[in-house]
Amino acid sequence: MPATAATNTFRAGPDEDGHFGSFGGRYVAETLMPLILDVEAAWSQARSDPDFWSELRSYHVQYIGRPSPLYLASRLTEHFGGARLYFKRDELNHTGAHKINNVMGQALLARRMGKTRIIAETGAGQHGVATATACALFDMECEVFMGAEDVERQRPNVDRMRLLGAKVHPVTSGSATLKDAMNEALRYWVSTAETHFYIIGTVAGPHPYPQMVRDFQSVIGEETREQMLRAEGRLPDTLVACIGGGSNAMGLFYPFLDEPEITIYGVEAAGHGIDTDAHAASIAGGRPGVLHGNRTYLLQDDDGQITEAHSISAGLDYPGIGPEHSWLHETGRVQYVSATDTAALEAFALCSRLEGIIPALEPSHALAFLATIIGDLPKDHLVVMNMCGRGDKDLEAVLPRLDAMGLL
Amino acid sequence: MSDRLSRMFARCAAENRAALGIFITASDPDVDTSQAILDHLPGAGADMIEFGMPFSDPMADGPAIQASSQRALRAGGSLARTVGMVRRFRDRDGTTPVVLMGYYNPIYSYGVARFLDEAAVAGVDGLIVVDLPPEEDEELCLPATRAGLPFVRLAAPTTRDSRLPAVLRNASGFIYHVSITGITGTRAVPTDLVRDAVARLKAHTDLPVGVGFGIRTPEQAAAVARVADAAIVGSAVVTAIAESLDADGRAGERTVPAVLELVGSLAGGVRDARR
Ligand SMILES: Cc1ncc(COP(=O)(O)O)c(C=O)c1O
Repeated sequence: MPATAATNTFRAGPDEDGHFGSFGGRYVAETLMPLILDVEAAWSQARSDPDFWSELRSYHVQYIGRPSPLYLASRLTEHFGGARLYFKRDELNHTGAHKINNVMGQALLARRMGKTRIIAETGAGQHGVATATACALFDMECEVFMGAEDVERQRPNVDRMRLLGAKVHPVTSGSATLKDAMNEALRYWVSTAETHFYIIGTVAGPHPYPQMVRDFQSVIGEETREQMLRAEGRLPDTLVACIGGGSNAMGLFYPFLDEPEITIYGVEAAGHGIDTDAHAASIAGGRPGVLHGNRTYLLQDDDGQITEAHSISAGLDYPGIGPEHSWLHETGRVQYVSATDTAALEAFALCSRLEGIIPALEPSHALAFLATIIGDLPKDHLVVMNMCGRGDKDLEAVLPRLDAMGLL
Repeated sequence: MSDRLSRMFARCAAENRAALGIFITASDPDVDTSQAILDHLPGAGADMIEFGMPFSDPMADGPAIQASSQRALRAGGSLARTVGMVRRFRDRDGTTPVVLMGYYNPIYSYGVARFLDEAAVAGVDGLIVVDLPPEEDEELCLPATRAGLPFVRLAAPTTRDSRLPAVLRNASGFIYHVSITGITGTRAVPTDLVRDAVARLKAHTDLPVGVGFGIRTPEQAAAVARVADAAIVGSAVVTAIAESLDADGRAGERTVPAVLELVGSLAGGVRDARR
């Protein structure tokens, strides 16, 4: 049985078939299924092997630069005039986002399985860059599928991937964004599954990926707990993270799920607004369905056709969400909220000016939501926001917009 | 209830030949043309029809069937419409089995119980749902079987012997052997491997074995028909549709005949195979 509220833990899932309540599972073609089972067997062995984790931890320290700081953003705190705002600074990781935490774990697993050829999908390009990086380090062949539209709006990351030796396949089918990149990566994997390992970049896909990626990202929340105890002598009161597929959010939230006094917010991308048809908020604007190997909340029409998501942030531009989030939504443990393109741009500018930290567009959504509540929280209230990526990759897309808004 | 499938396989066996299965996507390139193609497929030589339920994200399909699905959706294709087309087909053809093929989300969205009721009443003879492996049998396979609709299972080159019993356990109708490790329409059927693949499945099941993915020509259809109970052709058929469209993507006079001629030549290959 998966964890339910009644069993007093939110940390027991998934069950052995990969279900979080009614979400998750393994909805893939038979051609892939035996290979998914291979990944699952290798993962369950690695998961209980202390040597695996100690090797990963040495890469955390020496290569990624962990632990990332927990930083008191005092000027923003002063600006909002409410709770104390801390940033978990995963944008300082090697390659500039949280994605590398997961990639190093999966690359080590691939190596244990004897696979030397890697596939990845990417939206913002951060997961692609992280995968290309690990492949360079481990001497593996790397192929990255990226929507043609994202290739355009995240150029610098495409260049980085090429420099690192990866082959980037622009995907033109469908909406030419992350969903289609994942379709194409899965199609390619079906044709190459005996030789290739697919490193999925978020807490989605068929079991065991949602669990595996969550476990690799949980280092974010584990460090936060220790660091906050050291800084303030107690746990935080509120956690906030943005949600594309939901990996940086699961990583921050998971170690705190069983602390009932902590309020947790996941921030989806509201694009032009939740009440328009141009957003990427699967929980606020979708309903349960099956895509990319799992059951979860999806943006879809009345006929069950998946609809296109929209967000200014390529990393959040996905019509689904990891299945564990769908379950945390239905149990009420995590509150799912949203922020628009415009609000995210304002937060992007504000954070740059006040903290000297240029955030990625993705965590700018988390900050934009926070801006609507933090001023009303008491001054001794402790908020942690996951600063999961830096904004260098976004400058080309963001600067003209900020200019037009008079924010430059 | 579908005895149409087993009667069709029995009929073909009595004639000492394999069956020809033809895949088209419902509502491709538009509803009326698609209905006309469907209605005339048996006369052109199709023994069984795999009727595609269009889906926005066909993850196991190559470019030809992806494009076919997109055309169908643009033309207003939907699951309800697909079932309605089978109902109309049944007004004129009571013997040719029609198996709905596609992905789970539109069915899940429609409601499994309601879908099974309506499909059975319309005269659907089975289901092939690509993204439902045996691990998820509770979703649709078992309810469909209880409702009298066979759930046709896919077996792939990657399906190891140790897994075959699980794959075959709740299967009915026939077994669909995916001839290549890959998506539809991207590689040619490895005819030399098909004999052993079919024999391997036959050692584990009494169900008929159909083979598909990668059959394009009458010669390939004949090679498969020599060793399997059915040869199934999809990408080549929807490619014939695509090639018959005008610059704006509309069906022309040649659309229906182009498909039927291709089906006729494939049927010739299948019927001559064991002579
Ligand atoms: C910086 C950053 N944050 C967030 C995301 C969204 O992914 P997830 O929700 O899995 O953390 C991405 C994805 O590309 C990203 O690059």
